[in-house]
Amino acid sequence: MKKFLAVILAAILAVGCFQGCSRNPSDSTASSSVNISGSSALQPLVKAVADKFRGSNTNTSITVNAGGSGTGLQNVFDKTVDIGASDIFAQEKFSADKANALVDHIVCVVGVAAVVNQQTNIENVTKQELIGIFTGKITNWKEIGGSDQKIVLINRPKSSGTRALFKAYALDGQEEAEGHALTEDNSGTLKQNVAQTPGSIAYLAFPYLTDKTVTALSIDGVKASYENIYSGKYGIWGYEHLYTNGQPNGVVKSFLDYFSTSDCEQIIQEKGYGLSSKMTVKRSAPAASK
Amino acid sequence: MNKADRFRKETLGRSLVTLAGLFIILLTLTIGAFLVYRGSATFFVDKHNIFEFLFSSDWEPAQQGSGGKVGAAIFLVGSIFISGLALLIALPFSIAAAVFMTEISPNFGNMLLQPAIEIFVGIPSVVYGWVGLTVLVPWIAKVFSLAYGYSVLAGAIVLAVMIFPTITSVSADAIRSVPSEYREAAYGLGSTRWQMIYKVILPTAAPGILTGVVLGLARAFGEALAVSMVIGKMQAFPTSVLSPTTNLTAEITADMGNTTTGSEWNNAIWSMALLLFIISFLFILLIRLIGKVGNKTK
Repeated sequence: MKKFLAVILAAILAVGCFQGCSRNPSDSTASSSVNISGSSALQPLVKAVADKFRGSNTNTSITVNAGGSGTGLQNVFDKTVDIGASDIFAQEKFSADKANALVDHIVCVVGVAAVVNQQTNIENVTKQELIGIFTGKITNWKEIGGSDQKIVLINRPKSSGTRALFKAYALDGQEEAEGHALTEDNSGTLKQNVAQTPGSIAYLAFPYLTDKTVTALSIDGVKASYENIYSGKYGIWGYEHLYTNGQPNGVVKSFLDYFSTSDCEQIIQEKGYGLSSKMTVKRSAPAASK
Repeated sequence: MNKADRFRKETLGRSLVTLAGLFIILLTLTIGAFLVYRGSATFFVDKHNIFEFLFSSDWEPAQQGSGGKVGAAIFLVGSIFISGLALLIALPFSIAAAVFMTEISPNFGNMLLQPAIEIFVGIPSVVYGWVGLTVLVPWIAKVFSLAYGYSVLAGAIVLAVMIFPTITSVSADAIRSVPSEYREAAYGLGSTRWQMIYKVILPTAAPGILTGVVLGLARAFGEALAVSMVIGKMQAFPTSVLSPTTNLTAEITADMGNTTTGSEWNNAIWSMALLLFIISFLFILLIRLIGKVGNKTK
């Protein structure tokens, strides 16, 4: 009897607890809160813009979580967040009918540079050389005029958006060598790896090129800079997307609109991203990937 | 006792304890069921063979729909190889430390070694990884004159440091629980202290020490962050202890944010998580088995 009573009471307590714990998810269109998740490359910028935006909209709460582009796209598709941040077009991760439910808001562009360890004594490569290096045909830096040092490739994982970008625009679609390349996804760790591994080469988004611990390569004599991206001379760049599920309204819309104000353009440049308004070249979403 | 009194003195406390216990059981079962549900999609939805998953090294899952290849052998072998080597490195030190702090110098052991080991447990794994990346990896490259030090060895050393406290404290408990009559009997027969330790204490404590070993191994298998920072994550089978490779946890953490729910890739990652769960479950079974055998021999 005692035991029976204890179990019953436990059950009642449990039910009570779960009722207390669960709460209705806030209706995103009516409330003044914005939830964002996705790309870790875009997170610092969105966070900085959100801080600024909150300054003039004091009763708005904005939460920014990273988690990866795939997570962001999935979350916004499932409507668990208001905005999904992504380095890649939704069409590259989703089938066409799923991607069509999402509305793309391009907030800026980001450049990607091939970076090498400083001891390689290389500052410029041709595109053919770059392809040769990443496909494993060129294995020593002296073959292209650098020091006599074995080339150490550091890739990103195959699922990475940055890798897809680099493959498409730096390697002309050729698959990177697998099986004898190291892999690292976290940009901070990747930079550390390149800085301390002689002969290493990898690629980093411009916002991470804040100091001289690694050397950003020029390609065919074109420096990795936003001037060259704007003019169309430097081709390794991608759009940064904020996706909404359907057309945005309310505070979500005003937050997205805020990205094109001059206040915000300054933040974008300070954080190492490029202005999409200055682009003289345009790209559209590719056909659905495999 | 009247009814209200009885409730306060007996039923309330019991109910709370029962609730907490039931909740933990429920939580474990739910996580298990969820992993089985998500992890089995690779085999039932994407129609892959379990042998392909376990024994093939062709890893090319599709980002949308199915049709890719989900051979996870490289990751599995990497996990086994790195954890095994970590155990080999950690075991001698752990047993030595346990013997030292229980038999040879209990005072010093309790005062200094025990707290030091407890601090070890509290260090976050990212710290181990970061130290490994900045100190150990360049050091290995220098000592063995390699292009880089990312290797099975680096991962194993980092893991060894991480599982050392687990094995040591469980082994020390096992040694302490050896009845003192055993020691007295050994001395009575004229054995030296060292003879007593390795002929009487260690064999008697063996099941307990083995439990510590399995616990350490389970921890090594599941550790993600620190190891993934120093093994280089090269998608290839390790050819030696100095070659880089990748493992289950590293691959899961690298890909989970980049894939979308329902894609073959995402399912394959869930399958790997399920595999980790099953492996740790097997380890727990093994501990139980060792405990039973140990009890029988006593």
